[in-house]
Amino acid sequence: MGLKIRGIFLLALLAGCIVMILPTIQAYRPGGNPSAIRNKVNLGLDLQGGMYLDLAVDTHAAVTQVEDRLAQEIEDAFLDKLIDYVSVERQGAAVDVVLPPSETVDWNAAPFERMLTGFTLHQVEPHHYRITMPDAEAKRIQQDATKQAVEVIRNRIDSLGVSEPSIQRKGESEIIVQLPGLRDRQQAIQTIGTQAVLAFYLVEDNVTPETMDPNKDVVKYEEQTDETTGQVIRRIPYVLEKRPVLTGDTVSDARVQISSLDNTPYVSITFNSLGTDRFARITTRSQGRRLAIVLDNKVQSAPVIREPITGGQAQISGRFTLKEATKLAIVLRSGALPAPLTIREERSVGASLGEDSIRQGLLSFIAGALLVMIFMIIYYKVSGVFANVALTLNVLLILVALASFQATLTLPGIAGIVLTMGMAVDANVLIFERIREELDLGKNARAAVNEGFQRAFWTIFDSNLTTLFAGLALLLFGTGPIRGFAVTLSIGILSSMFTAIFVTRFLYDVVYLNRRRLAEVSI
Amino acid sequence: MRFFSNETHFDFLGWRFISLSASWAIILAGVVAYFVMGGFNYGIDFTGGTLVQVKLPNAGDIKAIRQTLSNGGIQGFALQSFGNPGADEYLVSLAKADEGTSVTGKTPAAQVEEVLKAHYPDMDVRRVESVGPKVGTELKDSAYESIVFSLIALLIYIWIRFEWRYSIGAIVATAHDVLIVLAAFVFTQREVSLTVVAAVLTVAGYSVNDTIVIFDRIREYTRKFRKRDVKDTFNDSINHTLSRTVLTSGTTLLVVLAIFLFGGQIINDFAFGMLIGVMIGTYSSIFVAAPVVYMLQQRFPPKLR
Repeated sequence: MGLKIRGIFLLALLAGCIVMILPTIQAYRPGGNPSAIRNKVNLGLDLQGGMYLDLAVDTHAAVTQVEDRLAQEIEDAFLDKLIDYVSVERQGAAVDVVLPPSETVDWNAAPFERMLTGFTLHQVEPHHYRITMPDAEAKRIQQDATKQAVEVIRNRIDSLGVSEPSIQRKGESEIIVQLPGLRDRQQAIQTIGTQAVLAFYLVEDNVTPETMDPNKDVVKYEEQTDETTGQVIRRIPYVLEKRPVLTGDTVSDARVQISSLDNTPYVSITFNSLGTDRFARITTRSQGRRLAIVLDNKVQSAPVIREPITGGQAQISGRFTLKEATKLAIVLRSGALPAPLTIREERSVGASLGEDSIRQGLLSFIAGALLVMIFMIIYYKVSGVFANVALTLNVLLILVALASFQATLTLPGIAGIVLTMGMAVDANVLIFERIREELDLGKNARAAVNEGFQRAFWTIFDSNLTTLFAGLALLLFGTGPIRGFAVTLSIGILSSMFTAIFVTRFLYDVVYLNRRRLAEVSI
Repeated sequence: MRFFSNETHFDFLGWRFISLSASWAIILAGVVAYFVMGGFNYGIDFTGGTLVQVKLPNAGDIKAIRQTLSNGGIQGFALQSFGNPGADEYLVSLAKADEGTSVTGKTPAAQVEEVLKAHYPDMDVRRVESVGPKVGTELKDSAYESIVFSLIALLIYIWIRFEWRYSIGAIVATAHDVLIVLAAFVFTQREVSLTVVAAVLTVAGYSVNDTIVIFDRIREYTRKFRKRDVKDTFNDSINHTLSRTVLTSGTTLLVVLAIFLFGGQIINDFAFGMLIGVMIGTYSSIFVAAPVVYMLQQRFPPKLR
């Protein structure tokens, strides 16, 4: 290639790099607003502070819930249609229906036909039916549960005020949540993780947990916590009718209100039209009884129904702090999670540690760059300067690559950049040593430089390739910050092959080999 | 400027018995230490567990903090100071037995934070890491996978690139480097985390570089000087590439040193692994890889074409 063409190419490349790197400089200059600028190098959570969560959705529970609901619907229908039955129960992954010998059920008629769509009905014994869910259906429910959980979490996080949250599904049942710049970890975990299954149950008065009929009733507890330590100090049992009279999926809105009586916060919920109807009927029918409000299997409160409530509004009061009430309103508004979540992995970095890491990363970068550059100039004089120019362009190229791939820079990523600086000059060392050798043999500058570049090329190629294997292996199998290291290492190795060979060769050609009389090479 | 005069005449191959014995001794010592000291000090990346790094200004004695945690009902924790003396930073680590933490309950980290916050109001939570045992196993598996993958890729590449004697030399040298870096982690009981795996892999990839430079030269001289004694060819090749072997590692060592000294605690173990690995990699290229190839050539002389 002609010198001019190479020169124009390099200038264009340099200009392109500068243009591409401008958004990054703009984003991170003092007083800049990184979240408003696109196409920048993103900082990892370990540098800007924040939380990384790997959550597992208990998709199995989602399937069980569907089966529980089916059992309940069938039982309801039996009651409605005055069909006598011995038991309707979920047994493992199936719903078992046992009827008395005198009773028959037409499963192909309404409403059973609708309920059983998607299920398989077997007759185990003359009066014993087993309803199972086909594997494909179970799988669909499991997949939907994760998708739905992602949506619910997204809604809840929107209310946390995190500027650039990321919520992604990973595999069948995992969700990765990344919240940069998060301040209150504990609140975030609880807001994301509260399942928020809300249900209203009528309280059985005059029945104790000892005397109740387990077929009809169920015990749920109210937990009282110590206000300073947060420890549970008392669990009050409530005997409730087994079947909830109303569930949380009929809630259309939830807001925090402050009681004018005693200045305590409570959550006011608004039902949709279906819920409003049912709530009105229950409160009319059961005046004087107590209605327990149960959230995630814990009784929040159990007020007495004094008068019919037809306006479609209810209040959940407990001993909430304002923060707790706010959290509750958020989770009720966003709807219930289809299944419980567990934390598989959490990695959180405080803002102060992130700042320290940035400082330390920069410091090691500057120290590494200075050490290498000064060494190259002392050892190889002008040729060392060439290598340093190539090195600078190499670092610029790595940053540009990160910005254009929208990749994330982590602390190990910075270490990767620093490391590639040391490795990038290896190529120049190999070339320069070869040139020196050829000069020692008495060759002229042009011949020596030509030989140096030619002979060293395959050695450089080989040796870089093996390091690249390590980088790619880490890229394939690594997670989190390690990926950041693998990315910068791999990019750095590739770009250094270009800069160390192409750029230094160009500089030799311009400075030394373009003259009529060959000058002596400073090496 | 030059570190080595043009013609060094070290008899590297003459030292092969000493150097190979020394390498064996270190690796054996590492194996013994592995069993005596109870293996690697695995971090929570692999064991699973919870780690809370806090800054407690003016907390005073570490015993007092330990007492605070026990009184607060935290069980089965380990407490150590972290970073520079006087940094007032501490690491609370908890082993976790059960699978995953239910999100509704308080996480172990939250309990630690609450107990400490009550006694040290100006506490700063610097870092929280919590890894479930299942994830720990997954991470361990993927670490093994990545090591196996890259070693196989390396092996295949070297096998294609060089004839089999050289391939074995390079592979022995790489395995040697990896083993000695691992031994260093056993001796120092530094924590083996994901970043350390990254360091080990990078060392494996990088340490072959010097070896390739020397092998290329041996091959070149073998073709050029057919009549010459094999031992002289090997020694000449190593001597003539000595300056670049030392220089390439030297520049890399400079940057690794910068990371080791200034990069902070979080990547200190990574930098330590690289530091040992780059030095050992250079040593092994000269004192392990080349001698192994030489000995293989003695035992299985290549047929002269």
